[in-house]
Amino acid sequence: MLYDALIAPFLEFEFMRRALAGVVALALGGAPIGVFLMLRRMSLVGDAMAHAILPGAAIGFLFSGLNLFAMTFGGLIAGFSVALLAGLVSRVTVIKEDASLAAFYLVSLAVGVTIVSMRGTNIDLLHVLFGNILALDDQTLLVIAFNATITLVVMAVIYRPLVIECVDPVFLRTVSRAGAPAHLAFLALVVVNLVNGFHALGTLLAVGLMILPAGIARFWSRDITGMMMISVASAMISGYFGLVLSFQTKVPSGPAIILVAAVLYVFSVLFGNVSGLVRQLFPGRHLEA
Amino acid sequence: MTAQLAFQNVTLGYDRHPAVHHLNGEIAAGSLLAVVGPNGAGKSTLFRGIVGILKPLTGAITLGGLKARDIAYLPQSVDIDRTFPISVFDFVGTGLWRTTGIFGGLGKKAREQIGQALAAVGLNGFENRNIGTLSGGQMQRMLFARVLLQDARVIVLDEPFNAIDTKTSADLIALVRHWHAEKRTVLAALHDMEMVRAHFPETLLLARGSVAWGPTQQVLTADNLLEARRMCEAFDDGAGTCVVDPAHSRAA
Repeated sequence: MLYDALIAPFLEFEFMRRALAGVVALALGGAPIGVFLMLRRMSLVGDAMAHAILPGAAIGFLFSGLNLFAMTFGGLIAGFSVALLAGLVSRVTVIKEDASLAAFYLVSLAVGVTIVSMRGTNIDLLHVLFGNILALDDQTLLVIAFNATITLVVMAVIYRPLVIECVDPVFLRTVSRAGAPAHLAFLALVVVNLVNGFHALGTLLAVGLMILPAGIARFWSRDITGMMMISVASAMISGYFGLVLSFQTKVPSGPAIILVAAVLYVFSVLFGNVSGLVRQLFPGRHLEA
Repeated sequence: MTAQLAFQNVTLGYDRHPAVHHLNGEIAAGSLLAVVGPNGAGKSTLFRGIVGILKPLTGAITLGGLKARDIAYLPQSVDIDRTFPISVFDFVGTGLWRTTGIFGGLGKKAREQIGQALAAVGLNGFENRNIGTLSGGQMQRMLFARVLLQDARVIVLDEPFNAIDTKTSADLIALVRHWHAEKRTVLAALHDMEMVRAHFPETLLLARGSVAWGPTQQVLTADNLLEARRMCEAFDDGAGTCVVDPAHSRAA
């Protein structure tokens, strides 16, 4: 019974195995990025960026239909442009990064939806908005795995300046010029992982496997390494059970994955050992010193 | 005495309004200099100029062969995200940036250095605490520990004893004197005149421009302090373009 529910679908169907490999790669790359987005109070920035990649992907779609490379390439260009422009505007003017991004992503989303509806059908629009992880082909899977690998390598390179820039940006400015490049590289990684999520979960939910696992991790660890590990694990668990849920109940795969993550999130809010609600209600007797 | 820092007709400011106006002078290597003056006198602005965060509107600051990033700087309002999950040990360890850079690991020697720096400011046992759990005074001690690790020839402290209790101040001022004994150049913006008189041989009394600069006892006179207090704090929105001839600006 359990075997039929949890394991058989993956043994029986290749598309389920591909989807599973896809979510594992998404989790490995996206979840650590999500932790930094959350710690930098940029969770909603991730969401905004997800919309910002749409016009690029849509232009790719306009020229070559649902072609993976064209859409990925377009998405990367659009995402990088918005990230860089928004980053530059916030660094050289009084506009803060959130306001700057909000302006750019709104325009991007409007342009993107307009372009898709000029040529495509409603099904195309649904694909762009919600993705389809059950339809990953070899190429897409390779692109997702490649992006996840790049993410982990670049994160390793920029990790130290990124952490210091989060904690004490003035100090970093006085000891090194690495702050701005690290910040821009980080924004680039956000875009790369959103393009990844875009194929599997669509533009509206792409950020889901980044932010929800990060939120979950916050409730279980006080330390950034622990947080990244927990976020990756919870993203993988959400991906796996989301696929099972989708297979068994015919709920679309993207929302199913995010819903499982949401269940974990609610559980963590209630029972997490770092400031979970139950922990706050029953903190135990105070200590001696 | 060689000059560690030199100011040539330096004007620093914001939106073309000068906060430090036509400053000239030199700070000898190994000096222990207090920078005093009323709020808005330009103390923090001067320090931001020295460490290269703010570029002079006119004039030049020379650093005696150092780069701005060789200077250890403790800003007044430290923009630290205290909610970030980082331990005291790791935070203080960032002071070793010059030796570790982006990739260098923290070897045994580095770990010992961090331990010694924490011990020097009385934070033994705090290694694994998250920085968000520290009190204001403990936070300041931690920042001093990081300055200690930076091992810089020039140390710039912007109001380092604000809201700090007397014991912590005494501990930290002992550290400042220790740096002075090691022939490092130390600049500190301060409001406590007793502390300045007791521990700082030289003082710059700043009120946008230099009101007086030299041995502390000669600078902190009633007349000089009164003159500094008369400084108008607000920028004049309708001010015309400054035409002061640098040759006639006040020298140290």
